[in-house]
Amino acid sequence: MMQRLTGAERQLALIISVLTLLSGLAMAAAGRADPLGIHGWIVVLFAGAVFLLTLGSIYDPEPREDRAVSYYDDPTKVGLILALGWAVVGMGMGVWVAAQLAWPDLRFDAAWSSFGRIRPVHTSGVIFGFGGNALIATSFHVMQRTSRARLAGHVSPWFVLLGFNLFCIIAASGYLMGVTQSKEYAEPEWYADIWLVIVWVVYFVLYIRTLARRNEPHIYVANWYYLAFILVVAVLHIVNNLAVPASLTGAKSYSAFSGVQDAMTQWWYGHNAVAFFLTAGFLGMLYYFLPKRAERPIYSYRLSILSFWGITFFYIWAGSHHLHYTALPQWVQTLGMTFSVMLLVPSWASAGNALMTLNGAWHKVRDDATLRFMMVAAVFYGLSTFEGSFMAVRAVNSLSHYTDWTVGHVHAGAMGWVALISFGSIYAVVPLLWQRETMYSWKLVEWHFWLALSGTVIYVFAMWNSGITQGLMWRTYTESGTLAYSFTDTLVAMHPYYVARAVGGALFLTGAVLALFNVVMTIRHAPEKRPERDYPTSSEATEPAVPAAE
Amino acid sequence: MEILMLLIPLTLAMGCVGLLTFFWTVRSGQYDDPEGDARRILQADDRPLDYRQSERRGERTT
Ligand code: HEM
Ligand code: HEM
Repeated sequence: MMQRLTGAERQLALIISVLTLLSGLAMAAAGRADPLGIHGWIVVLFAGAVFLLTLGSIYDPEPREDRAVSYYDDPTKVGLILALGWAVVGMGMGVWVAAQLAWPDLRFDAAWSSFGRIRPVHTSGVIFGFGGNALIATSFHVMQRTSRARLAGHVSPWFVLLGFNLFCIIAASGYLMGVTQSKEYAEPEWYADIWLVIVWVVYFVLYIRTLARRNEPHIYVANWYYLAFILVVAVLHIVNNLAVPASLTGAKSYSAFSGVQDAMTQWWYGHNAVAFFLTAGFLGMLYYFLPKRAERPIYSYRLSILSFWGITFFYIWAGSHHLHYTALPQWVQTLGMTFSVMLLVPSWASAGNALMTLNGAWHKVRDDATLRFMMVAAVFYGLSTFEGSFMAVRAVNSLSHYTDWTVGHVHAGAMGWVALISFGSIYAVVPLLWQRETMYSWKLVEWHFWLALSGTVIYVFAMWNSGITQGLMWRTYTESGTLAYSFTDTLVAMHPYYVARAVGGALFLTGAVLALFNVVMTIRHAPEKRPERDYPTSSEATEPAVPAAE
Repeated sequence: MEILMLLIPLTLAMGCVGLLTFFWTVRSGQYDDPEGDARRILQADDRPLDYRQSERRGERTT
């Protein structure tokens, strides 16, 4: 990890880890027995580990290679493995949460294992731990390849990656201790939020600086999606997390907004977290890895750019569809609903563009599970955006809101789209980065594909059934005008679907475990691939396409 | 709904940043050759163009 850093860079890394360690100590001293203090010790441990790792190689020889002639892939490699590790943890938690809903005794009577605490460990674990690491790692890969330039920095990518993971650890461990600011997908408290701002600014600067040194005049469309993801998430995160700490010696803080104002800010954030975290960044992945894997240019490049600007301008106005029939003024709800329906156009443009790219290469989709992951992801992207636009219509939302239909929609997007495109991209990029012929076992990739697909389908169908049953039971009246069903009746009706969901989730989780195993075995055992030729001179490098060897 | 006094201007400001960026992309010729742009990422050679070398030859474009 360290051999490619110069002495000065290693010293810089050392200084940063010392500073982080000191702030951890300060948190521990201020917080004492409060969760803030425990988080302080976690920071000390994390920064201390980085410090020792750096110190161990501080006197190693300077790198001798000319660094400008190769890409800097070490942070990408570590990021991909972290993503898979978080996938297993986060999805494992998801299965546990699902099982608790079917069999509440699985809480085992501890405070930390109660539904309200492990549910955010699941959501943050999969969205930020798995999704976030996959986004950061692939963005490092894509920005270098499409710019044909090396990363603009050797310490900052590590800072971004490790700093982000420190944030995830603080978040997950905090939930288990009961730390939360009760904002969905933004649960971590003020100190974690401040840390994430620093990490995120470094990420943005790194991206811009790498683009600035590009050797390719055009900025490939995937970069725009990644950039929108970074920039918009930064703004949303800062505004939604404006809060006043109750004291500087404790974790608790109070939001700067209250009541419906707070709800509007939260869903302005929440919906755009969906839009720019769970959608834009992953579209960046899709637009790079799908054409690469299919070895075909994107069907319509113009359309991909058009859908980018469409999504950027529409998504941000749609958040209020999460607050239909609330104290929010009617016109704000209608505004959100209108933009949500308009969103279908750029969303389907992307999904259609991806599928049209594969049109004519269906034999590849049939033979190659990696490409099939990406194809099915595009289908689920189309499906979940259609469903979302439909659910945003107020009349439909009156049935779907507060029911499992929403959860079904979430997981059609999260498992079918976000997770599948990430797995596909990981399988595409791992052999390339570690210079292997192929993945260790293509059969396992095939197994993973079918496990993931069947898991998603079982999950989503179970929730559609459960949600619509629940919604209809809630609005059924007897002849005398009273409610026909009690709340408990609906729970009994939902139980079989909850069992089915847990089973589907377990299949999906099994697939993720296979993926981690397969990647580790690829790194350790797959036969190495010799580069086609040794370091080309620049003039050779500009020559068109050497045939791809996948 | 005072919060909208913050959220709407902020959202509009973000939209304007987007719009300005879009104008920049048009003016700097980002859309001159979509066909080529889509194809160039498929080149198999997985190495950066050494920018110092290309700079020496005066080929660097920004
Ligand atoms: C192994 C697969 C998975 C299982 C078993 C699972 C299970 C669950 C369960 C039981 C809930 C709580 C539902 C409720 O409160 O009624 C939930 C919520 C959620 N999960 Fe998953 N999940 C899985 C995968 C994923 C993935 C891959 C993602 C994202 C990339 C994700 C994102 C979410 C989100 C955002 C919520 C909150 C939904 C809401 O508030 O409406 N899940 N999941
Ligand atoms: C055109 C695109 C989309 C639209 C218009 C849309 C619309 C909606 C609507 C109306 C809800 C229900 C709000 C409620 O009743 O509480 C919702 C919930 C949700 N959607 Fe979507 N959706 C879209 C795409 C997606 C995608 C692609 C994903 C994920 C990967 C996603 C993730 C979520 C999540 C996580 C929630 C649950 C939020 C919560 O209550 O915790 N959506 N969406």
